[in-house]
Amino acid sequence: MAQSSQEQKKYEQYVKEVTPVHSLPKNMLKAFLVGGMICVIGQWIINMAQGYGLDQEMAGSWCSGILVLCSVVLTGLNIYPKIAKFGGAGTLVPITGFANSVAASAIEYQKEGQVMGIGCKIFTIAGPVILYGIFTSWILGVFYWLWGMM
Amino acid sequence: MNQQMRGKQSVELANSVRILSSASIVGAKEGEGPLSDFFDVIGSDPMFGCESWEEAESVLQKEAAQMAIGKAGLKPSEIRMMFAGDLLAQSIASSFGLVDLQIPIYGLYGACSTMGESLALGALSVSAGYGEYILCLTSSHFGSAEKEFRYPLEYGSQRPLSATWTVTGSGACVLGTTGGRAKITGVTTGKIVDFGLKDSQNMGACMAPAACDTIYQNLMDFQRLPEDYDKIITGDLGSIGQTILLDLLKDKGFDISKQHMDCGMKIFDAKTQDTHAGGSGCGCAATVFASYIMSRLAMREWKRILFVPTGALLSKVSFNEGQSVPGIAHGVVVEALEKGE
Repeated sequence: MAQSSQEQKKYEQYVKEVTPVHSLPKNMLKAFLVGGMICVIGQWIINMAQGYGLDQEMAGSWCSGILVLCSVVLTGLNIYPKIAKFGGAGTLVPITGFANSVAASAIEYQKEGQVMGIGCKIFTIAGPVILYGIFTSWILGVFYWLWGMM
Repeated sequence: MNQQMRGKQSVELANSVRILSSASIVGAKEGEGPLSDFFDVIGSDPMFGCESWEEAESVLQKEAAQMAIGKAGLKPSEIRMMFAGDLLAQSIASSFGLVDLQIPIYGLYGACSTMGESLALGALSVSAGYGEYILCLTSSHFGSAEKEFRYPLEYGSQRPLSATWTVTGSGACVLGTTGGRAKITGVTTGKIVDFGLKDSQNMGACMAPAACDTIYQNLMDFQRLPEDYDKIITGDLGSIGQTILLDLLKDKGFDISKQHMDCGMKIFDAKTQDTHAGGSGCGCAATVFASYIMSRLAMREWKRILFVPTGALLSKVSFNEGQSVPGIAHGVVVEALEKGE
């Protein structure tokens, strides 16, 4: 039994009215705190690395590597999902969120084998980020190249 | 045989159909919920000694089946056939869980309404004389359902307040012709009802129209009022779905707010167990029916109930392709036995 599109819209509107949602300002504050904290840790790692005499680029690489490692370990210990439940986008946007999505898939699909499980499905969630990340940087690269020609 | 048909889509069973036994097995989280005293077995290990979520769910079904058969004082070989299903693709939890029982089987898919579907088909078969003993069961598992429909478990995300928590558990009932603890007297087969909603994280809202349709049709077909039932029990609408169902039925002229109960809202304590709108999954309606509901009927606390498990008929593919989430609900009328019956 399907409804007419007008009735569907009416029902959708009604459902929206009766469905509670998370408080946006509260969520934004939590995301700011958690995301900000991750960035502070990152900055601390960079400062430490530079203190050991590394240049900015190398220090940045160490920072990314350590944050990814921490995220993967916390995912394995089932702690990262708990932080994410509180922090929302604050844990999703930094590099740690990316690492979590890859590690979580690897753990979940491990039972389906090294090739068909982990191999095929490790980027189930992160795949779009990789594809469209590379694609947009390619497009920007083309613009940059054209800019240099002018 | 036409005299068994009632109204447009119901059947009033002419012959006695009894629920001889019921068994339930659940996971740790369900065991910590308000119904913990009613379940037969509460497993502390979410893997139930297996290597994967899917195998664990198979074990749930096997255990529930064996318990129900044992409680009825029967051997698997005495069961004429069974109706079973689950939420996984190609119903693998049922296939791999029940293969060893060597009982003729019809595999079902009715999403979370499967317990209603299997009880309805089982009751029709017993009444028609197709089997003296028939087993009806379903299951769901939080881990396997998340994997099938959503994200890997360790993926960090925020669940919306309208989301439900898939119950880890399996419920089974053996139907027969005499004795038993309760009787099934009627069945209302549900239609697929699609109000065009696409939000798979608000399943209560997707399924409420189907529940409304089946409950309304049941009342019409049997010419009953809500007061003729001690309880009208939906499967896993959750708190939002309940609000919507009551509103929709009010529009149709029926107020069931006094009779309505939802298994999903009953199995977890939403405040302390962080389950948001409530429990869901085939195992939700199945385990609550096989434990709490059956005990109320056996104690004659409730004389007649309408059990309406609800299902959301979506798949990952249909969702990704932008399809809506249609709902379905099957109604089963269950009555307490009279003294001496």
